[in-house]
Amino acid sequence: MEEETKKIVRVVDVTKSFRMGKVTVEALKGVDVEIPTGYYISIMGPSGSGKSTLFNMIGGLDKPTTGKVFIEDVDIAQLDAYELAWLRCRKIGYIFQTFNIIQVMTALENVTLPMVFAGMNNDEAVEKGIQLLDLVGLGDRFQHKPFELSGGQQQRVAIARALANDPSIILADEPTGNLDLSTGEEIISLLKRLSRERMVTVISATHDFKMLNVSDQVIWIRDGRIDKVEDRDELSISVGGIDEKA
Amino acid sequence: MTEKPLSSTTGKNTFRVDRQVVLPFRKSVEIAFQSIRVRFFRSLITTMSLVLAVSFLSFASVNTDAANGLLQSGDPAQRQALIRAGHDLAETDQTVGSSPKQRWIVMLSLVVCVVGIVNAQLMAVTERFREIGTMKCLGALDRFIVRLFLLEAFMQGAVGAAAGAVIGALFALGNGMFRFGTLAVTAISWSDVALSVLIAVGTGCLLSVGGALYPALLAARMQPVDAMRAEH
Ligand SMILES: Nc1ncnc2c1ncn2[C@@H]1O[C@H](COP(=O)(O)OP(=O)(O)O)[C@@H](O)[C@H]1O
Ligand SMILES: [Mg+2]
Repeated sequence: MEEETKKIVRVVDVTKSFRMGKVTVEALKGVDVEIPTGYYISIMGPSGSGKSTLFNMIGGLDKPTTGKVFIEDVDIAQLDAYELAWLRCRKIGYIFQTFNIIQVMTALENVTLPMVFAGMNNDEAVEKGIQLLDLVGLGDRFQHKPFELSGGQQQRVAIARALANDPSIILADEPTGNLDLSTGEEIISLLKRLSRERMVTVISATHDFKMLNVSDQVIWIRDGRIDKVEDRDELSISVGGIDEKA
Repeated sequence: MTEKPLSSTTGKNTFRVDRQVVLPFRKSVEIAFQSIRVRFFRSLITTMSLVLAVSFLSFASVNTDAANGLLQSGDPAQRQALIRAGHDLAETDQTVGSSPKQRWIVMLSLVVCVVGIVNAQLMAVTERFREIGTMKCLGALDRFIVRLFLLEAFMQGAVGAAAGAVIGALFALGNGMFRFGTLAVTAISWSDVALSVLIAVGTGCLLSVGGALYPALLAARMQPVDAMRAEH
């Protein structure tokens, strides 16, 4: 990694424990990560290894027990509720395993909602929303309700929605987890294409080995700790083994 | 496929955390309205207890209005009829109020109704955990959530209360005609009836919004992670 590359996200010595009655679960046991701007990052690890927990920390959805998370050198623990909402609205786009499309709204309304929050006027938002749905290949379905869409289509809506305010980071937690193989592949290549075209940093928590092919960097996490960080070129050495598993 | 990742144009110096997140009132109304429409059947059931309680309130007060109309018609036979119908009337009374028993029953029905509303709204909040969490991830402030829930409650309350008040008033008028003849509606002061109906509608709206307040605050205070985690 070159020194010059800007780090869009820095996670510094983050731990997170959950107290459940008398037991304390340590989901993250001291994680340090630096994510360069513009990269497509996969956070890989088995189920229960702490990927979602890390995802929530980076996305400002939850607070670390100790340690700090910086987004473009801003310590997000220092932000108040308004600033945090702004960050979620403008800076970060979230994508979830369960799509989390708002069920009572149409595809288009889902996509325009973040733009409304951002203060864009309605006509502009609608126009941009249609463009974005077109971009993810749903140009003809913007008036559909979520239940009329397949899983893959819902995830496309979620991707369009995540892009609504031109965020600099897209956070995706198991974006292919609820999708079949080929739909998953489509979603992955869509994310990759968008990250390149729109210069967005994509951080994706996953245990889907299909992600490896498109990742610029893979962060392997195991039992709440960083196992290893591999760049693309290091990865290609071991790709043979990965392909077999995938 | 070994292209170098592009560096983003958003550098450190262009990143300024702002605080400006908005939800215009018109848009809130739109979203609230849509929420009700999509869950129309459920909204209807939630509103039913309100319709009943408000119609009871309206019935009671329009009944009193009718009695007052009869009393003020000056016909001594009507006075006797009113006493026979159970109104507490002393020799010199020129107006009838509602009886304590009636007030008690109305109050009780309103209390029961509020409990029902709080319960229904709490269920609605649990049901909508994920929706609330998603909105928060998209940048919604706590108060947007509160506003949406209260608006929904207000719209539901207004429609339900209006329906209830009208139904109650019509019942009271019908009841008056049945018992005392057409004089019950000809002698009545229509401005009193209008006032009674308005008060009933207002009370209904207030109860609906009041009952939704605690659930709405609860919903707004939810952290997005908790909302996202809630499995269905
Ligand atoms: N809210 C929570 N309360 C208690 N334990 C939790 C909570 N969230 C996560 N955990 C625990 O933390 C560990 C990591 O979970 P998670 O980050 O969801 O893993 P992954 O996403 O990699 O599957 C697991 O052992 C999980 O049970
Ligand atoms: Mg997970």
